[in-house]
Amino acid sequence: MKENSKTPSKMEIPKGLWLRCDGCGEILYRKSLEQNLFVCMRCGYHFRISATKYVELILDNESFEEFDKNFVSGNPLNFPNYKEKLEEAQKKTGYKEAFIYGRGRINNIAVIFGAMDFNFMGGSMGSVVGEKVARAIRKAYTDRVPLIIVATSGGARMQEGIFSLMQLAKTAAELALLASAKIPYIVVVTNPTMAGVMASYASLGDIIIAEPKALLGFAGARVIEGTIGEKLPEGFQTAEFLLAHGFVDLVVPRKQLRPTISKILDIVWNKKESQSLETEKLNYKIEE
Amino acid sequence: MKQYLDFESPIAELEKRVEELSVIAGYEEEVNKLKSQIEKLKTRIYSNLTPWQKVLLARHPARPYALDYINLITTDFVELSGDRYFADDKAVVGGLAKISVSDSKYLSVVIIGTQKGRETKEKIFRNFGMPHPEGYRKALRLMKLAEKFNLPVVTLVDTPGAYPGVGAEERGQAEAIAKNLREMAKLEVPIIAIITGEGGSGGALALAVGNRILMMEYAIYSVISPEGCASILWRDPEKAPEAAEALKLTAQDLYQFGIIDEIIPEPLGGAHHDYHLAAQYIKNSIIKNLSELQNLSPEELVNQRIEKFRSFGIYFEV
Ligand SMILES: [Zn+2]
Repeated sequence: MKENSKTPSKMEIPKGLWLRCDGCGEILYRKSLEQNLFVCMRCGYHFRISATKYVELILDNESFEEFDKNFVSGNPLNFPNYKEKLEEAQKKTGYKEAFIYGRGRINNIAVIFGAMDFNFMGGSMGSVVGEKVARAIRKAYTDRVPLIIVATSGGARMQEGIFSLMQLAKTAAELALLASAKIPYIVVVTNPTMAGVMASYASLGDIIIAEPKALLGFAGARVIEGTIGEKLPEGFQTAEFLLAHGFVDLVVPRKQLRPTISKILDIVWNKKESQSLETEKLNYKIEE
Repeated sequence: MKQYLDFESPIAELEKRVEELSVIAGYEEEVNKLKSQIEKLKTRIYSNLTPWQKVLLARHPARPYALDYINLITTDFVELSGDRYFADDKAVVGGLAKISVSDSKYLSVVIIGTQKGRETKEKIFRNFGMPHPEGYRKALRLMKLAEKFNLPVVTLVDTPGAYPGVGAEERGQAEAIAKNLREMAKLEVPIIAIITGEGGSGGALALAVGNRILMMEYAIYSVISPEGCASILWRDPEKAPEAAEALKLTAQDLYQFGIIDEIIPEPLGGAHHDYHLAAQYIKNSIIKNLSELQNLSPEELVNQRIEKFRSFGIYFEV
């Protein structure tokens, strides 16, 4: 339950005209890569992108209105170097914290949308992330609109100790409320989503969508290797591994995220009058 | 043979002398003097423990475990098994039980705990008190049973954490924990969660979403182990004592933060010095807290729990 120190920082998109793909080693032209939503044209490797990019990718143009943008963490434990780390992350990312949320539209369906950003202290969840996720859920509940969250995180934020741990229960408890109101909650888990975030709201979607090859799980690979004393098999804790074991619904390439979510919302939420049953129009046939 | 921790060595020395002298006639006065000296020394040592020393007490090999407490606190315990999907996780125990309040009155409860082992074989059998997903699912099944039969739930938590292993990941450790957090939040009966020893991160929290969260005096509760924290911060697990300090993981810290509702006292020197007394303290606390909750409606219980957790977190707007 910590920032996943295993995840290589080289996965951040470096500056420069040319980039090397971490999936296949190919040198890629930045402009073309960007046009391809930072998915390698050769091997399909999904580069890590920011929370804002997911807003652009999934929501209707200009439809996003951000809430609680200026929430910042306290330092309740007076933890060594935490203040400095926060300031550094704020400077580096331009965000105040590792999660943004607000209201928006997907194919004109009103939603509450939130996304985490891994570049902000490994997307770790402290009081602010937990509070904002909880508020996003509460807002979806009071406005009666679907909730979409894009997750990426190393886990709970160690520097906030027990307060971080409590955010797991806090967000899960809010989801109990949302579920009781029968409002859809769709999660997109991206590379990586681990530990405390995976063990709370990222695993509780009505529908869970994963980006290809995303690293997803509870315990870090190094911790498990330390416990069992052997190397882990290829593909362990990937999106495809979770799909095979029944813990995600769909593995969807980045390009297909918006159409997929839109299709799902159209069926579960946007039913309107099309749902009224007129028997003569039912088009299933009874076999003679 | 009594097990002493490093910082208890002055006590160990005196107790050894008492033991030696007690078998020889004519030293009664000396023995009594030593005994009162020991009491004073204990009071001094145990009222000035560092966070790390509390970690050691929370993990003390002689500390009472869930089944010890269940046997001392309850009668008519009917242990139930299995998650109905995969297996029966021996790191989690639970079942139906009665807690007697007076000669004529008792409370029926569902009681659930993580269980550690004492000897090597038993430790392995109990997986060192580290549950797999099926342990959390078994616990949830018993909680739903409690809800169905309108029984309060008591959990006794003492675990280093959820087990990090291949099978655990394959069977959805994260999902099992997450689901417990959500389902416990909306359970329509009272839940009393007691951290009796180690409260190891999400693996402990998954059994501790209570209307009341209580901790034993020398219990700890943390997002990460001191060793894990020290490895990350200083790349040196040996610095765990410093990390224990930084993490603010003692019952006293958490009470001050308003995260827990109550600290349950322990016998002088820790629960392992007197199982019966420790169990009595826990029992008193369970009865007191359940009686405070008994007049809440199911809806009020759920709201109280959700709002309680909703309030945890320190942040401000700039
Ligand atoms: Zn590639």
